[in-house]
Amino acid sequence: MQGSALLRYILRRVLQAIPVILGVVILCFLMLQLAPGDLATVLAGESGGASAGYIEELRKRFGLDQPITTQLWLYLKSIVVGDLGYSFRHAMPVTDLLLERLWPTLLLMGATLVLSLGLGVLGGLFAALWVRTWRDHLISIAAIIAYATPLFWVGLMLILVFSIGLDWFPTSGMEDVVQFYEGWDRVLDIAHHLVLPTITLSLFYLALYARLMRATMLEQRGLDYVTTARAKGLTERQITFRHVLRNALLPVVTVAGVQVGGLLGGSVVVESVFAWPGLGQLAFEALFSRDYNLLLGIFFLSACLVVAVNLLVDVLYVFLDPRIRHGS
Amino acid sequence: MKTFWQRFLGNPRVMICLLWLLFVVVIAVVAPAISPGDPFSIVGQPFLPPFGEYLFGTDSLGRSMLAGLVHGARTTLLIALIATISAVAVGALIGAVAGYYGGFVDDVLMRMTEFFQTIPAFVFAIVLVAILTPSAQSLVIAIAVVSWPPIARVVRGEVLTVKAREFVQAAVIAGERDSKILFREIIPNTLSPLIVTGSLLVATAILTESALAFLGLGAPNLMSWGFMVGAGRSFLRDAWWLVTIPGVAILITVLCINLVGEGLNDALNPRLHDL
Amino acid sequence: MSGPVLSIENLTVALPAWSDRPHAVEQVSLEIRANEILCVVGESGSGKSVMSKAILRLLPEPHVRVTEGRILFDQQDILSLSEDQVRALRGGRISMIFQEPMTALNPLMPVGRQIDEILEVHSDMTPAARRQRVVELFDDVRLPEPERLLTSYPHELSGGQRQRVMIAMALALEPALIIADEPTTALDVTTQAQILALMKDIQQRHGTSILFITHDFGVVAEIADRVAVMRFGKLVEEGTAEEVLSRPQADYTKDLIAAVPSLVPRDRESEEAQDQPVLVVRNLVKTYGGRGGLFGKVGRTVKAVADVSLAVENGQSVAVVGESGSGKSTLARCIVGLEVPEAGDVMLKGENIARLSRRALQPYRKVVQMVFQDPFASLNPRRKVGDIIALGPTIHGTSREAAWDQARELLGLVGLDPRAAERYPHEFSGGQRQRIGIARALAIKPQLIIADEPVSALDVSVQKQVLDLLDELRRTLSLSMLFITHDLRVAAHVCEQIVVMRNGELVEQGSTAEIFSNPQHDYTKALLDSVPGRDWRH
Repeated sequence: MQGSALLRYILRRVLQAIPVILGVVILCFLMLQLAPGDLATVLAGESGGASAGYIEELRKRFGLDQPITTQLWLYLKSIVVGDLGYSFRHAMPVTDLLLERLWPTLLLMGATLVLSLGLGVLGGLFAALWVRTWRDHLISIAAIIAYATPLFWVGLMLILVFSIGLDWFPTSGMEDVVQFYEGWDRVLDIAHHLVLPTITLSLFYLALYARLMRATMLEQRGLDYVTTARAKGLTERQITFRHVLRNALLPVVTVAGVQVGGLLGGSVVVESVFAWPGLGQLAFEALFSRDYNLLLGIFFLSACLVVAVNLLVDVLYVFLDPRIRHGS
Repeated sequence: MKTFWQRFLGNPRVMICLLWLLFVVVIAVVAPAISPGDPFSIVGQPFLPPFGEYLFGTDSLGRSMLAGLVHGARTTLLIALIATISAVAVGALIGAVAGYYGGFVDDVLMRMTEFFQTIPAFVFAIVLVAILTPSAQSLVIAIAVVSWPPIARVVRGEVLTVKAREFVQAAVIAGERDSKILFREIIPNTLSPLIVTGSLLVATAILTESALAFLGLGAPNLMSWGFMVGAGRSFLRDAWWLVTIPGVAILITVLCINLVGEGLNDALNPRLHDL
Repeated sequence: MSGPVLSIENLTVALPAWSDRPHAVEQVSLEIRANEILCVVGESGSGKSVMSKAILRLLPEPHVRVTEGRILFDQQDILSLSEDQVRALRGGRISMIFQEPMTALNPLMPVGRQIDEILEVHSDMTPAARRQRVVELFDDVRLPEPERLLTSYPHELSGGQRQRVMIAMALALEPALIIADEPTTALDVTTQAQILALMKDIQQRHGTSILFITHDFGVVAEIADRVAVMRFGKLVEEGTAEEVLSRPQADYTKDLIAAVPSLVPRDRESEEAQDQPVLVVRNLVKTYGGRGGLFGKVGRTVKAVADVSLAVENGQSVAVVGESGSGKSTLARCIVGLEVPEAGDVMLKGENIARLSRRALQPYRKVVQMVFQDPFASLNPRRKVGDIIALGPTIHGTSREAAWDQARELLGLVGLDPRAAERYPHEFSGGQRQRIGIARALAIKPQLIIADEPVSALDVSVQKQVLDLLDELRRTLSLSMLFITHDLRVAAHVCEQIVVMRNGELVEQGSTAEIFSNPQHDYTKALLDSVPGRDWRH
């Protein structure tokens, strides 16, 4: 694909993402309408019982007395300029709060993606190479157990064993704030805190990718082009690494893209277990303070994140699969 | 040639898992008989270790863990099953209509399905439960709302494949009505992937339900496995069993459902070993 | 001529326990001599393909494995060589070409690299020299723009080009023997003719021996020097092409050859048409693609049928002949109302049904019925045969009992046991299922049958039986038939009239005898010239 064609393709995919984002915004708005009590009563409740007149005034100020379509329009307009409302619990704009908490979550998700994809692909690859031996069975059994384990429980068990029992890793947080580490020390400290949450979040996805990789490897190995490669006189190792591996990776990449949404959901649970100061932890807090503005802001940002990652996967796919490159 | 049941039940893994699931279901059904009364009631000293006076010990308030597990099975299974059945019904209908009619209808329905698949499911479920206020009903709704898209896609794909088969064209040429073609020629031939996907969905629903309950979004006044883990997490250091035992219950049950689902798949689509 | 290049001695290949028979190949001995094309012919299940894979030890072991015999090549038994030694042979001294070039090539690797790989593993050539050699090979198999092809991916090539790439790959190291497993079966007739000519030419220029596996006696007549006939894993007959094709000894060979429809057009003239023709198609147009999306029309549009007109007289049978993509099947689908044409008329007994709603179409369902191509996909696996056949009549008002009685009668008529009505489709063979499909089409007593490639999925001997059945039924029930086929032999065998289509357009039409003796259009001539074994009279 020529550079300009690639650019056009990316542009087209970006344009296709716009209705999705718009849909998410409308969904957010609808859910905000469904939420018990509106902004004014929540605010009034915050300030500890207010007169009906005060609530009325608040409604006016936020445009809550306008017809619903006008409200939706106002909501859309504010989102376009990056305004997701105000979090009264945290006393700051939702957008600022989200941007502050985005990076820990991205760090956790990135580390998880690398670990689960890396080990998952390797595990699946080796299970397929050792198919129907005890090593394959071991990997497959481990994968199916990991696949069935609830995330929060894994986190707690890891804390029980590695933090409480062995005291290898900290139980919670992202860094040791009282130590005031700087530079590489701080990086190491964060990495130390990152280990258990990453393992927790990775386990399920690791199992998923390992199972998928094993299945696609076995499927690909039965296809005609592998027979051709064998008839050409290639060794089994050459067949696996030159031909089968890349074909088998395609579905794994697709699923990894689809699973980013799941990863975000998982990070809510993991962050609440490990008190990791990211979006998930923020969502957990928002739940209990009934901070719906904030909760929907997190929802909106997660949806945008998923759309962005899907876009990235689509572009990556262009490089992985020549059939798409020439088909478009 | 073995029959479906011979292939399905002849698999020892499937048999063991089915026995466990049967056990859990029976316990859930007869829960009030095993441990009568409210599982939230205090029965004795707090933090009694398991295998003593109470089979699985007591929790931080002195409630019986056994009663919690038994009643928790009831809640978890019921919510997961109802949510799955609703998701399968909605997903299958949307997928079947999209696949059968194609064209504009298909475009609209599939855009909608993709949209719901793009939204991060668990975050969406959290927001839904929070906004509908936590209850058994809102849990069912939230889980069903985030679970139907994969079903719709599977059914649509199957319907498209079956629709392209010539026997469906033969029925059209014979002058059969749309509804009869859909329900008598197409749907019966899409059942096996639907059953497999649906059974695996129950496992996902249990995991979602327990994660929501763990976060404190479970149905209030209903004991559930996820809630027990959530309630016990603060006492991890002193009372390991509060977290471990309900977690193991979830793990084994989900594992068994997955294995039975796989067994179903193998039995429904027998393949001659890689030949 | 020197000694054999390869000799197979008493080869026996065992099948796994769950198969319907113990051996895929049983006690087969064969010799492939230097500089010859040996064709191994057989129907499905004859073991010909398994035998060809056994030579390079490509069987899916341990399920399918050689239990007895030797395969001698260069005075060595291939079966007793080490893995490394076999690998040195594969692609080096013996190479293979497969049936479906699309799936036989790795979709993610440029075709140039896929050939280069052979040179890389078997020789010490430098990358530049290898590149040079690949270009030479592309040139040798007459692929256009060899330099550009180096970086092309399989999906960018046509089916014929992909098979040329496979042939180039097989030739890369000037092997002593090329094993070709049905290399032209997946291709269109004209492409098949080109590939066969290329293989013959290459075999003569390079002096390579070719073991050519096929099910098609036409192909055998086209290229074989010697022929071996297989059935149920056993060798039935062996001899020079001349001997086997003209003076077959074994009964099975005789039957097989007799089952190949001859290219001599049938001379039976239909009676003068008295009343209006049962079917008239006028200026039919059907376009595919360009589906309306949310953002306007997407994709290219393809004219599947462009301005086609034809007529089927009462009691006549007309063949629509064309290669894939010619629009012949779309034409059939428009006539039975599975597709709605954009323009033009479909007149059934004088009534235009082209734009009728599905409800309004109902009365005309009784006039025209269809027989489908795929005997496995055309019967609902979850319904009893009796219900499948009775479906049409019950929709049109017959009681279920009467329809079932009629279904049993029809099963008898198409040569099956009436009790078959109680059974399910999976209990029948391909040929039997096709008979059930014919019974279904006859159930509502139509006047016109549209047969869409009804025998192309069947073995030759079964093909003949089904064709004869259709022909006989047509005569006794005085039906008209529109017969869609890619095979001119079949067309010549069952139809008095022929319509030739290409790229959605009608190229030529006329009586079979006229078209065969005096084709007007260049494409018709090319099509006739491409029929494998066209000069072979049996």
